[in-house]
Amino acid sequence: MKRHLLSAADLDRDDALLVLDTATELATVSSRAVRKLPTLRGRTVVNLFFEDSTRTRISFEAAAKRLSADVINFTAKGSSLSKGESLKDTALTLEAMGADAVVVRHGASGAPYRLANAGWISGSVVNAGDGTHEHPTQALLDAYTMRRHLSEGRGDLADRRVTIVGDVLHSRVARSNVLLLATLGAEVTLVAPPTLLPVGVEDWPCEISYELDPALAKADAVMMLRVQAERMNAAFFPSAREYSRRYGLDAHRMALLPDHAIVMHPGPMNRGMEIAADVADSVRSVIVEQVSNGVNVRMAVLYLLLGGAQLPTGEEVAA
Amino acid sequence: MTGTYLLRGGRLLGAGDPVDLLLAGGVIAQVGAALSAPADAVHVDAAGLVVLPGLVDLHTHLREPGREDAETVESGSRAAALGGFTAVHAMANTEPVADTAGVVEQVWHLGREAGYVDVHPVGAVTVGLAGTRLAELGAMAGSAARVRMFSDDGRCVDDAVLMRRALEYVKAFDGVIAQHAQEPRLTAGAQMNEGALSGVLGLRGWPAVAEEAIVARDVLLAEHVGSRLHVCHVSTAGSVEIVRAAKARGVDVTAEVTPHHLLLTEDVVAGYDPVFKVNPPLRAKSDVEALREGLADGTIDAVATDHAPHAAEDKDCEWEAAAMGMLGLETALPVVAEAMVATGLLDWAGVADRMSVRPAGIGRLAGHGRPIAEGEPANLTLVDPHASTVVDPSRSASRSRNTPYAGRTLPTAVVATFLRGVPTVLGGRLVADAR
Repeated sequence: MKRHLLSAADLDRDDALLVLDTATELATVSSRAVRKLPTLRGRTVVNLFFEDSTRTRISFEAAAKRLSADVINFTAKGSSLSKGESLKDTALTLEAMGADAVVVRHGASGAPYRLANAGWISGSVVNAGDGTHEHPTQALLDAYTMRRHLSEGRGDLADRRVTIVGDVLHSRVARSNVLLLATLGAEVTLVAPPTLLPVGVEDWPCEISYELDPALAKADAVMMLRVQAERMNAAFFPSAREYSRRYGLDAHRMALLPDHAIVMHPGPMNRGMEIAADVADSVRSVIVEQVSNGVNVRMAVLYLLLGGAQLPTGEEVAA
Repeated sequence: MTGTYLLRGGRLLGAGDPVDLLLAGGVIAQVGAALSAPADAVHVDAAGLVVLPGLVDLHTHLREPGREDAETVESGSRAAALGGFTAVHAMANTEPVADTAGVVEQVWHLGREAGYVDVHPVGAVTVGLAGTRLAELGAMAGSAARVRMFSDDGRCVDDAVLMRRALEYVKAFDGVIAQHAQEPRLTAGAQMNEGALSGVLGLRGWPAVAEEAIVARDVLLAEHVGSRLHVCHVSTAGSVEIVRAAKARGVDVTAEVTPHHLLLTEDVVAGYDPVFKVNPPLRAKSDVEALREGLADGTIDAVATDHAPHAAEDKDCEWEAAAMGMLGLETALPVVAEAMVATGLLDWAGVADRMSVRPAGIGRLAGHGRPIAEGEPANLTLVDPHASTVVDPSRSASRSRNTPYAGRTLPTAVVATFLRGVPTVLGGRLVADAR
């Protein structure tokens, strides 16, 4: 593993499988009465969130705490883009506090790269979502979830077919998923109106479709991306209703999926927009499970980046 | 340090036999082999050096008034002299904007006081660069600063009617509108060249078409009203093609390219280091090749630095928060040497043409870009073609440090610069009391 996790591209196949396998082992901890390991005792993990994201922050917080790390939550609303403290000064402050790992969520693409490479801090940097760039731990938890349902919880995702639908242009989840799923051997199809696909997407390791229905019949997993209704004001699509009609997943479309296929969503959902309520709540939906898997995957990432020695899953500590 | 200088054994435009140049009274007094000089003449060994006419920059941001923390007329002038320049055009996007005779005269006076290069202020096209009504172009032209080039650089004059009127109006005093070609709606929030890499990096794209659409419109407007148009910092292959076709039709259009667009590609953005953030953005390799070709065949008339100093805090941050622009004055000639001379695309006569003769013509500067001959103003630059320049930001004469070439070794080095017979740079160092 590299010292930082900035992009899903930082993980080769062995690294990705190591994270998933480690997460699988750590999942046993999460199901125990005392959900805590002493592995990162005395280490400090900082959650540095420049954007509101309660679900991602508490997931990392739970992960770090289950490994006995000290957790500092640093929520800086706004950024140097507004009148706040600069990213550099915030980083120097964290360095002075002795952060071993910094988990960063930032509205600007590449901000975690600056944290990792500008010489401001010496700890590991974990990208918890940067602008419209990447969200690698989301891709890991998605892969973990797919592996559980589609590959008996082990190995890679070779030949599994994953359809990702929605606002790829602005989605860090889509970018990280395409990269990681390709690394793990899955066949990915992106489905979106042409306005919501980035320039150059034809060079990505995936198929592209402007139509949803044909991509459903062969899918082992379908992942619906959040689409903000405001996008229609910038003429990405004419109306929420038209978007929903052409690209939303409703019960009728869900019926096109093979029986074993799962429905995923990184959250937060716009029920009625990209996903119908009855689909989100159906038995095929693994959306809630994605959240709990997120904690295990993030434990694995922190454990591996902070160089935990042998995984002492047999050992329990008093809370 | 006025006096008489004898430059011994340099080669004019890097060709022919070595000759001596006697500089006296601000002009080139004599050109010839083995000249004898008056006893008090200062001898400068120019053996092995290339003698160029003093370089002229059409596009410099000196930041004064308003952002003296980033650059001043004096510090920028020093950087210019070290880069071999004897004249620079100071862009209008200062605070306050150079949109009145008062501001352009202030900048002009500051340049005279600094004394390292001739500072020619560029006047804003529209009041406050706001793009709504014309600034008093005639007043600026008639001021002591004698403004001939007008630009809202940093912003595009995107209103077609306003652009047409500006092009027409400046004909009265032989002015030129220098357009920053950027369609604003297509580039809202743009961060880098739009292409495969911007998609991967999640940075909002600045598509080539946003430049080309304006260049195409403007050459048509200039053609229609019979005016003179200059296109700032051409950055795409498509723009080169549009300018080439317009010139072939006889449109009075000129164009410039920056050194960085001749050397760097968008690939350097991948590390998100804002030192590479610039407007227009660094483009693809195919664009760089087209720009080099366009400069070589004369479609692009001039190299202009777009020297854009920024305070440290405006670059030492995340990419999207960072200011756009990079230093250029001190490295311009070595970069051109690497991109154009080392590649065989231009010889030194070509460099002199694109970095002195043609820019002086576009700016209507009478005393610059002249032949190196007896009686001509002694504005000269001596270049060592066999030396190299190692770029060390901490040693820049600029107040800012945002050079994209830090640590790089570039071919050639500016050895000396003479402004009207007075050395501003000797032995590669500033002459302290040049004025």
